[in-house]
Amino acid sequence: MTPMDRLRALPGLWKWLPAVAAFALYPLAANDYLLDVAFFFGVYTLLGLSLNVVLGEVGLFDFGHAGFYAIGAYTTAILNTLYGVPILVLIPVSALAAGLFAYLVVSPVIHLRGDYLLIVTIGFGEIVRIGLINNPWGLTGGSNGVVGIDNPVLAPGMVIENSLGFYLLIWCLVALSILGLENLQRSHIGRAWNCIREDEIAAKATGINVRGYKLLAFVLGAALAGVAGNVYASKMMVVSPHSFTFMESAMFFCIVLIGGMGSIPGVIVGAAAISLFPEVFRGFAQYRMLFFGAVMVAMMVFRPAGIWPCRRGFLKMPGRPAAAGPRNGSA
Amino acid sequence: MGAPEVEAMEPARIMTPPADDVLLETRGLTKRFGGLIAVSDLDLDVRRGEISSLIGPNGAGKTTVFNVVTGIYRPDAGEVRLGGEGIGGWKPHRIVARGIARTFQNIRLFPEMTCLENVMAGRHCRLAAGFWTALLHAPGQRREERQAVDFCHGLLERVGLERFANELAKNIAYGSQRMLEIARALATRPRLLVLDEPSSGLNPRETEELIGFLRELSAEGLTLLIIEHDMNVVMGISDWITVMDEGRKIAEGTPEEIYHNPLVIEAYLGREDADEEGD
Repeated sequence: MTPMDRLRALPGLWKWLPAVAAFALYPLAANDYLLDVAFFFGVYTLLGLSLNVVLGEVGLFDFGHAGFYAIGAYTTAILNTLYGVPILVLIPVSALAAGLFAYLVVSPVIHLRGDYLLIVTIGFGEIVRIGLINNPWGLTGGSNGVVGIDNPVLAPGMVIENSLGFYLLIWCLVALSILGLENLQRSHIGRAWNCIREDEIAAKATGINVRGYKLLAFVLGAALAGVAGNVYASKMMVVSPHSFTFMESAMFFCIVLIGGMGSIPGVIVGAAAISLFPEVFRGFAQYRMLFFGAVMVAMMVFRPAGIWPCRRGFLKMPGRPAAAGPRNGSA
Repeated sequence: MGAPEVEAMEPARIMTPPADDVLLETRGLTKRFGGLIAVSDLDLDVRRGEISSLIGPNGAGKTTVFNVVTGIYRPDAGEVRLGGEGIGGWKPHRIVARGIARTFQNIRLFPEMTCLENVMAGRHCRLAAGFWTALLHAPGQRREERQAVDFCHGLLERVGLERFANELAKNIAYGSQRMLEIARALATRPRLLVLDEPSSGLNPRETEELIGFLRELSAEGLTLLIIEHDMNVVMGISDWITVMDEGRKIAEGTPEEIYHNPLVIEAYLGREDADEEGD
């Protein structure tokens, strides 16, 4: 890698600097309540990122994402309370469990298109929720859920137990996810996903394994949702089926749509809108949904592509020759 | 390539070339849609290095043949062999990896992606990087990506679209879109390029350029199979022509032979009205 390439690679990371600085400085000014708000903002960002892989990058309507989130949360809850497995160890375990579940349930229906897939995924989400209520093998605790989930332990004596700790944990996970997802977006995998979204037949005929890449998106999206479930379970210390309703899936959908399909900054904006909105409008709880609906309608009219749409076309490509085009003319 | 392959499948017939010469062959290929037989018992040969054309009136089943050969449809009966290897019923991406690339009658690009990315998509099947190297943006993956970018810029230059490399595919002119689609197909490093009506919608000058380009590719050793309606193009460019009507092969031969073949003239003249309506 030449020094020139190194310089070109930088802007991708530098553009996050203001955001990183803001998140690092935020705890200095915030009380516990504000940190908790920011924590849930982080959880929703992670969930938005996870759904964005499926819905934004590949254009697959996944309306049962809360199901994968629930699998992650319950995996953590059950393994931690029954067997005392540490929370941090359970992060990859929850990701694997949710990913595996997605693989098993989605592979038979992955060929479905558009609204058909949407209906089936709604079904998955509901099956998971109702399954949890029915308390299979006495594991999930039915409607009451599972209680008494531990705090994450970084090292002996270093326990994440306050709002600040959870705030930092979730945003570190979000940052890692963004790094990985940006790399994927710029790679042949992101390209293949977008090709499928644009024209499935053309993608097939161009040599892309459409089924394989759709499944990859679902498994990866579910795994990330599983991670979010893990942190959520640990923070709340209790999980119950009521946290994983169809309404949650709809919220994740809104995050991706509000922000802009396939756009990572868009997901953050969307997650901010969804998670901060109820807090800001706490005083008008009665009219919250009314206002929310009006905002959604206005969005669809004025910014149908989202607040921060993805400009896929201008993603930087590595090693592009200097004469590539007008935008890079000075490089 | 060029290695001796399977012996001829049946006793030599007049005008059936020796099998080791054949890159793509179908034997008894049949495709039905409900009660309709779109392609019936078709034997098609495409010889290495030649430009072969598939012609026939509208609804003769030409595009269906293309869709079966490229794996979009599964054949109901019969065989498809590429270089002697049976590929009938394979998934499209495996067939592309084995060396058949195609374009569509109604151009199918990835409209919201740049021209460069469209060509890069064609390169996809030749990339070795996997999920983890892409996730970590590993040096090997970066190097490969850079090489792919260079390769695809080269292809864009060849089809005269280099200056649109960063332009969205939907924004370039129709004729350019067609060339871009060909560039995307070429990026897969095909042995056989299958073109579905490449000259449709092009003006005479663009058609001229296209023919010149296809000849160039052929001269470099690429095998081409073309569906075409424009008889001037077909007669001017083809080494071998197969004529279909109502799902069956009714004739094959050199342009000269086809030009004088009474069966072909009948098929076309008998359907002159339908043909005009179709175009």
